[in-house]
Amino acid sequence: MKIANKKVTAERLVRDALEKAKHFEDYHIFTFIDEEGALKKAREIDTKIAKGEKVGRLAGVPYALKDNFLSPRGETRASALMLEGFTSPVTATSVKKLEDEGAIMIGRTNMDAFAHGSSTENSYYGPTLNSHDRERVAGGSSGGSAVAVALDIVEFATGSDTGGSIRQPASFNGIYGLKPTYGCISRYGVVAMASSTDCIGFFTKTLEDMDLLMSIASGRDDKDMTTLPDFYEKSEGYTDKKMRIGVIREFDNDSVDQNIREALKKKIDLLKSKGHEIVELDMPALKYGLAAYYILVPAEVASNLSRHDGVRYGFRSENSKDLDSLYENSRSEGFMPENKRRIMIGNFVLSSGFYDAYFLKAAKARTLIVKEYEQAFSKCDFILTPVSPNPAFKLGEKVNDPVAMYLEDVMSVSLNLAGVPGLAIPAGETKDGISLGLQLVGPRRSDKCLIEFAKELQ
Amino acid sequence: MKYIPTIGVECHVQLRTKTKLFSEVDNDARGKEPNSCVSPVDYALPGMLPRLNGEAIKLAILAGRAMNCEINALSRFDRKHYFYPDSPKGYQITQFYHPIIGAGYVELPSGTKVRIEHAHLEGDAGKLTHFDTYSLVDLNRVDTPLIEIVSMPDIHSAKDVHDYCKELWRLMCYAGVTYGDLYNGNMRFDVNISLAPEGSKELGTRAEIKNLNSFRSAERAAEFEIKRQTKILESGEKVKQETRGWSDATGKTSPQRSKEEAKDYRYMPEPDIPPINLSKDFIDKESAKLPLMPKDYRKKFNKTISADILEVLLDYPELMKKLGEVEEKHTKNISNLFSSVLLAEEKSAEYLNDLPSAKDLNELAEMNEKKELSSTSTKEVFLRLFDPQMKTHGAKQIAKELGLIQENDLGALEKIVDIVLAKPETQKAQADFKAGEEKVIGFLVGQVMKESHGKANPSAVQEILRKKLA
Repeated sequence: MKIANKKVTAERLVRDALEKAKHFEDYHIFTFIDEEGALKKAREIDTKIAKGEKVGRLAGVPYALKDNFLSPRGETRASALMLEGFTSPVTATSVKKLEDEGAIMIGRTNMDAFAHGSSTENSYYGPTLNSHDRERVAGGSSGGSAVAVALDIVEFATGSDTGGSIRQPASFNGIYGLKPTYGCISRYGVVAMASSTDCIGFFTKTLEDMDLLMSIASGRDDKDMTTLPDFYEKSEGYTDKKMRIGVIREFDNDSVDQNIREALKKKIDLLKSKGHEIVELDMPALKYGLAAYYILVPAEVASNLSRHDGVRYGFRSENSKDLDSLYENSRSEGFMPENKRRIMIGNFVLSSGFYDAYFLKAAKARTLIVKEYEQAFSKCDFILTPVSPNPAFKLGEKVNDPVAMYLEDVMSVSLNLAGVPGLAIPAGETKDGISLGLQLVGPRRSDKCLIEFAKELQ
Repeated sequence: MKYIPTIGVECHVQLRTKTKLFSEVDNDARGKEPNSCVSPVDYALPGMLPRLNGEAIKLAILAGRAMNCEINALSRFDRKHYFYPDSPKGYQITQFYHPIIGAGYVELPSGTKVRIEHAHLEGDAGKLTHFDTYSLVDLNRVDTPLIEIVSMPDIHSAKDVHDYCKELWRLMCYAGVTYGDLYNGNMRFDVNISLAPEGSKELGTRAEIKNLNSFRSAERAAEFEIKRQTKILESGEKVKQETRGWSDATGKTSPQRSKEEAKDYRYMPEPDIPPINLSKDFIDKESAKLPLMPKDYRKKFNKTISADILEVLLDYPELMKKLGEVEEKHTKNISNLFSSVLLAEEKSAEYLNDLPSAKDLNELAEMNEKKELSSTSTKEVFLRLFDPQMKTHGAKQIAKELGLIQENDLGALEKIVDIVLAKPETQKAQADFKAGEEKVIGFLVGQVMKESHGKANPSAVQEILRKKLA
């Protein structure tokens, strides 16, 4: 990525990014652009460079921030009415780490409200358009971030991935998107969707950029008890040895788009030609993944969204006349239909009398999935699969059919349940120019090797 | 028909940690502005995550050991959901499925054992103040660490409710896990009561009286409830299962909103806090820090201090700790000073926080026992040991400075007696005494005391006088 130096100023980089953002305005990528704030930061860095002072590894690099990351710059809305007027007094750990290295946020990106969705159509601000085909969805929930990088507006963008929200929009737009190992990057200061599956990650155009961002953002954070001890920098990278790559038999069937199956086959042939071994895997427990996910995640969603009650911050309905109507109206008006759908599912599966039948059963299925991945990684080093059964679909095509929308997550959610890392990699285009993507999956804590090995797929 | 009450008590104890259970702000909000001890985590901003306070875990271990409870090597937190402005997150973080403290028991002074079902850690709620058309929310108390102690239904009288609550309070204070300030709500009791006919194996329908903040209220509420339920049962009606509130002013319990009853808390494992795994070594190490408990002191002092004074002093862990430090031969003497002098003082609460050193107390007792100090002077020196101006001088020096040391030197005393006997104003009294008027000896002793400026030991003086006038 381009980093500011004596020849290229940070101000130049930021101005370029701001101009491009303006140029692509009608894609609905940004929910907020901070021109003044970004330029001010750029000039500060340029002054340092001019004085010969030390600057960070991301000096002057413009980036886009998904709207669910807390930062005092602009309202943190998670693209929802519910957080109207909320300016955060705190900064997310990941944002702080990036900015300490000199990265400059130029704006916040559009997303499905509270990250509930696979197309960014559930945003309060309306959908973001696909970078390759304006009639198609950007993917989601981190759609704005993916398109901002795909259209080359910024060098990188942040995302959060609870069930595919980074990998799927990355593959819909032909760029890299990483969901790291659970606990690799601090969740502190990111509006929670589902605590046990949320992962913070990035969109980039190159693998080198991804590696750099990971070495900066990863690591133990005292403010997030679920972060793992530092491992990214210390872990072993890829050393040109021949690897065993697993492919999942259950994911190779007629319900998967033909273009994607061909793209997968091409990459398999490429790996074989480089001397890597292909291992066929049976992973029967994965078929429970989607059902388990749509029980466990809504339960955590319902719980995590309880704090949005109209009492202390964000949206409060003007139609309230007492406490009950304050809760009822603020939440009814402030949440999007998809938010409410998940809250209701979540509360249902946690209700007394249903907990054992749904939540507990799904938790058991999750354990099976964790074990299945462990077994799989005793037979192979990485797994190569599609990210989703279909490439980017048409805007509005699935928005009224939630189950069809959920089915798009069938190949991505099991990674979140297992806590393993997955890297979306570009895999060409259809003849109509629609992006295709695949994901490379590794065992927990293999993030560095995973990123480095991905160059074998170029 | 006779009805037997069966009673269980749930007790919430606020822990005296420096910071809150899940954030770094001050846990002691006494006397502070509303909403001034609130972090973004307590306020439940989006994206905020709880950070478990390790000190609370250590205190929970001590609390558990004080009640002879098992400490569970594996415990977890869960979310208990409900909407109310005192709960910013929309859920309380508690331990529903896997509490840290397992089964144990509390022994009352009477010898009755009340079994503990379990006890768990959780965050406290905020406080609401209601006005005519609005309510104010104070979140200072949000996520103050609590342990909730759940007893088995082993109590069968209002008096035992009182004694159980009080013994729990003592145990928690001795273990040093709470400030134990009942006035400020550091401990709150919920009492579950049901009545069943004598001999019946089935328990009756219970009522729960919530939020009692003193032993006496708990006892009175239990008394009232036993009478109320007896009346209902005797008239052939049924007791309603409900939550009731207690009013100290009216001395009655009354039903609370029944809406509370229908709540489904939708418990869920807390995904932001990993399970707590405690090694045996860690539990043993922390358990070993448990100070002496009331039962230990009862055993230790059962020969030196009378039982009724001991039970009074047991309400003050500071005094018991100090008594444990002074020399055993002086404990009786010092315990008397504590019970009759210190606790009678207006400023006794203040004094308790700043007790004299064991060395000073030993010295003081020594002087008294050697008759160098009269009992009145002993009390005076004792009180001066709390005087910021004088206490640093030490007991002996204070006694000297105040000129309170009694003259026990017989030779010196004889000289003083001789001077007094030579005085013309004592001649009549001497004659009267010799003539058998016993009571004038008091007058003569008084004259000698006056001559000695109060330093003479009066019993020694009397002895000398009797010898000389014989």
